Amino acid sequence: MSDAAIETPRRAGWLTSVSDSLWRNPRLLIFLLLTPPALWLGIIYLGSLFALLAQSFFSIDEFSGVIVYEFTLKTYRELFTPANFDIIIRTVVMAAAVTLAAVIVSFPIAYYAARYARGKWKAVFYLGVMLPLWSSYLVKVYSWKLILAKEGILNWLFEALHLTWLLNAYLSIPVIGGNSLSVSWTGTFLVFLYVWLPFMVLPIQASLERIPASMLEASGDLGATPAQSFRHVLLPLSLPGVIAGSIFTFSLTLGDYIIPQIVGSSRRFIGQAVYAYQGTAGNIPLAAAFAVVPIVIMGVYLWIAKRNGAFDAL
Amino acid sequence: MTTAVRFTGVSRHFGSVRAVDGVDIEIAEGEFFAMLGPSGSGKTTCLRLIAGFEQPTAGEIAIFGEPAQGVPPYKRHVNTVFQDYALFPHLSVIDNVAYGLMIAGQPKAQRRRAAEEALEMVALPGYGTRKPSELSGGQRQRVALARALVNRPKVLLLDEPLGALDLKLREQMQEELKALQRKLGITFVFVTHDQGEALSMADRVAVFNEGRIVQVGQPQDIYYRPEVPFVADFVGSSNVFPPDLTERLTGKRAHAALRPEAVRLGAEGHGATVRGSSFIGTATKVALDMDGIPMIALLPKGAPVPEAGAQVRVSWADEDLHVMDPNA
Repeated sequence: MSDAAIETPRRAGWLTSVSDSLWRNPRLLIFLLLTPPALWLGIIYLGSLFALLAQSFFSIDEFSGVIVYEFTLKTYRELFTPANFDIIIRTVVMAAAVTLAAVIVSFPIAYYAARYARGKWKAVFYLGVMLPLWSSYLVKVYSWKLILAKEGILNWLFEALHLTWLLNAYLSIPVIGGNSLSVSWTGTFLVFLYVWLPFMVLPIQASLERIPASMLEASGDLGATPAQSFRHVLLPLSLPGVIAGSIFTFSLTLGDYIIPQIVGSSRRFIGQAVYAYQGTAGNIPLAAAFAVVPIVIMGVYLWIAKRNGAFDAL
Repeated sequence: MTTAVRFTGVSRHFGSVRAVDGVDIEIAEGEFFAMLGPSGSGKTTCLRLIAGFEQPTAGEIAIFGEPAQGVPPYKRHVNTVFQDYALFPHLSVIDNVAYGLMIAGQPKAQRRRAAEEALEMVALPGYGTRKPSELSGGQRQRVALARALVNRPKVLLLDEPLGALDLKLREQMQEELKALQRKLGITFVFVTHDQGEALSMADRVAVFNEGRIVQVGQPQDIYYRPEVPFVADFVGSSNVFPPDLTERLTGKRAHAALRPEAVRLGAEGHGATVRGSSFIGTATKVALDMDGIPMIALLPKGAPVPEAGAQVRVSWADEDLHVMDPNA
């Protein structure tokens, strides 16, 4: 048989010859597809990250306010002064609390969506989880300020239920309380939890979706009560999703500077510190050092998660 | 003899779908019982009813005399080998096998030993440290079996356990399963759509169709004496004669079944036209048309194969023609 009979006759346009040669050289295709995003990530993202890292090893001259371009760990030492260290601890505790609460709130929602919701209800679930992401972040935060304010809906509700004493008792608790919910850390916590919740629900739902129903049936079949099945099968298998979600909620909380400014007390979080130091204060090195903190914390967090086998089920 | 599992008028409806519709079964202790039927016939739902994954819409289920009503799966002394094996991917093979014993609170050393013994029983000694993902399909199947058997269940449920294996492995596992069942004396309830598997392994076979049991009996009965046309057709694809033809041939008005291997092509008998033939390894399958009734004949190796369109004569021994009960 001649070669001509093997090939289907077709118009020999230049597009056809391009796709033919790409088909013959899959490596070339992958190279062409990956180069633009690799350049984007490499130059724009990693480049600025290194610039940031470099800045954090410079220092500021305390009298003139001019940046001294010499390698020093002085700026990092400054992070450990009581005032700055407080900011770090406060932010990390808040991020951890938000993440933990987000896991607890998200799991049942995600479980319902992955196991029981079908067809129309699945659409309702996605819409319900994603809808808040469609409106502006600022609008959401300010709405929460109205909800939590002294003249807000929540106060009104407590009043209507004759439970104002309960709210006041809660607000009188030191640290988490305050004059009203909108100027307390509880308020900050609630808004963080609300705003980041979709980022926790969706990864957990995706990981639960991948667990076949027979896996839980097998666990029950082998004598495990639902609680035991959760502990030994469901939780370990959904852990990659939980970790993925917690990376979002944890790092987003670590870096945010708007929510604590609008809802919360006057004491600062890392994001606000970065914002303040790089802006009016002009202390770029300290701002950079503060910005490195979340990166280091996330790195340590992922390393611990990996060591504990969180990604074994991937 | 004790009854291991008893179904009394059990139905399971999903909305308007009658997955299981008024089923009565009695499975004796120590029996190898097969539930055979096409997909969607209700056999798997029956198995899930025994395991406790489903609750009956109507009727009663008793396991060793105790009513199973409202008893959750984790309180039943029944274990299941799942069709997809359902091995826990995050646990090693040994931890998979020891899972039931861990849940039961056995100390670690003891359950490891028991799991190791169970792995030996299924011919996988020393595989304990591997992850399920590192095993072949046949090995996973054995691990699933060991994981169920290590708990010494009163009844072992097997949901198409050999379905995903290739032919050679399947035949080997059929023999091993049968031998294992004899050795352990545990009641096996085996769901399959493969009639050969059911006939070769089971002590008794229940044939399912559309949510009902159409015939229960020993493999020979099912194969040679089908009670309804469905069984004749499904179990080994018999030729089914309509009542008119049976009446002309035997004088009795009922469906009749004739096994393909009992059909002879020769010089005398009924006239038929050859429609085609196909070679199936051990024999040649010839499709015939006898006065408008399609027929299949199996010709042994070496027999001359007629060409398509040829006129032939077919005959059979009278005792090979099984006339069904007209009331069945």
